[in-house]
Amino acid sequence: MSIAEQPPTTETPELKIVKDATCTFCGCVCDDMELTVEDNHITKAKNACVLGKAWFFNHHIEDRPEATIDGQPVTYEAAFDKAAEILFNSKNPLTYGMSDSTSEAQRVAVAITDWIGGNLDTTTSVCHGPSGMAFQGVGEVTCSLGEIKNRADFLIFWGGNPAESHPRHFTRYSLMPKGEFIPKGRKGRTAVLIDVRKTKSAKAANEFLQIKPRSDFELAWAMRALAKGLKIDPKIEEKTGISLETLTDLMDRMKKAKFGVILFGMGLTMTRGKHINTEAVLSLARDMNRHTRWNARALRGHGNVSGADNVVTWSTGYPFGVNLGRGYPRFNPGEFTSSDVLAREEADAALIIASDPMSNFSQPAREHLAKIPSVVLDPKLSDTARTATVAFTTATYGINTPGTVYRMDDVPIPLRPAFESPYKSDYEILKEIERRIRAKQLGV
Amino acid sequence: MMSDIFVLIPGRTSRQGTALNEGKYTDTYKEEITTLLMNAEDMQRLDLETGDRVRMWNEQAEVVVTCKADKGESPPGVLFISYGDISSQLMGGDTHGSGMPTSKGLDVQLAKAE
Repeated sequence: MSIAEQPPTTETPELKIVKDATCTFCGCVCDDMELTVEDNHITKAKNACVLGKAWFFNHHIEDRPEATIDGQPVTYEAAFDKAAEILFNSKNPLTYGMSDSTSEAQRVAVAITDWIGGNLDTTTSVCHGPSGMAFQGVGEVTCSLGEIKNRADFLIFWGGNPAESHPRHFTRYSLMPKGEFIPKGRKGRTAVLIDVRKTKSAKAANEFLQIKPRSDFELAWAMRALAKGLKIDPKIEEKTGISLETLTDLMDRMKKAKFGVILFGMGLTMTRGKHINTEAVLSLARDMNRHTRWNARALRGHGNVSGADNVVTWSTGYPFGVNLGRGYPRFNPGEFTSSDVLAREEADAALIIASDPMSNFSQPAREHLAKIPSVVLDPKLSDTARTATVAFTTATYGINTPGTVYRMDDVPIPLRPAFESPYKSDYEILKEIERRIRAKQLGV
Repeated sequence: MMSDIFVLIPGRTSRQGTALNEGKYTDTYKEEITTLLMNAEDMQRLDLETGDRVRMWNEQAEVVVTCKADKGESPPGVLFISYGDISSQLMGGDTHGSGMPTSKGLDVQLAKAE
């Protein structure tokens, strides 16, 4: 039944205050929201940033069918049956998305993919997937956001723009807050921004190093050499745009820091070199521990993309790009990752959870996804939902549904929903699909 | 028509993030992901003004967007556009064994749209 068909209520709208609610828009997962809810609309979001406010104020109940098959409204029951049929009959299915869903739902998505022997991938593969590869290559010396708040006196933001992508990162976790060992807050910290563009984050930093495009690896490698006391050719400036004198001065001060952190963004992972760029930066953070305490931490985008990494890792042993077709997990980015299995026209069905590859994948990948049967779960209409064989309208995680998400530093945070949705959650929908697939497999 | 090779960097912006929540089919979102920010020197050299339509292409696709002078964020030769449908059309399908298509630092050609 669509929302328009439900009887109107004549009751006076209830005013509700939800304290300590969690914002799931970005990886900061700020859990100090105070939401005012009136008539199933969030009208105030105290403590929320500009992105958080947009998230809370625009996820109200929309008048959409609960599900569609080939664009025609159907009941949930009919859609569950069709979704299970598509996935059960596929030979090489793809499960993708999951970063804007609870970890409880992610867990069911992993189970479904395991039952049907599919490719299991998340938005991590087109986000910090290369960082995941780099972690495996050189390890990760890291820390929580709480440690950064309380200890970090030297911050390097590299290839990221938190001022626009994670507005409260500066104020709540890294740059501004007074911490146990940083009692002066901002005055007790040095911040350096390394980026190709002088973004809005540059204003917040003490120093901005504008590097030439596609020279992150060379810069990080030169800094590693300086950290080890090796001589560097002054020509490094020709390649990176940063003089040896500037780099030497930076390194001298990095060595004198008490607790340094490199916070890196997708300027590293999305640019040519990808995991090699990230490996260089992770290695630099590791090398700096010969002198003093240094860490590295990725700036993660979606609200529960870190949860997706955690759930897929604890379930299969690998964070993304996993194939379960042989009955055991195989990990191979470039082979089992979504962009690849679609662009190479290998997947014959897709289960897409809360993401929109039809508007942000490469053209060859989009063209193939449009050709194959797909099951899409999303609270909002998207190009992917429009091309789906079966599309479910879902409740919004965090606003309508409880559950668990992981902050960008892998700290699990509970959700406190603001109001109920007439739509089912990702978890409920996936459980119904899983139940039907199992019934088919077991012949019951 | 003269064309130049640039390095295109798609990325997140605050406006893109807020408009995304309002909906991908809103005018604000569509405007945000089809606006190309350029260095003022480059615009002058190519005889472009804010609001002009420009063609941007590589071996993957060709898109037409509206150009706008930036506030000094990008050096000459570097372009910026909000990450979305338009920027993704310029990505190739090959991920070079990483799962990640090269999505930033794309070589593109640019010329004023006729």
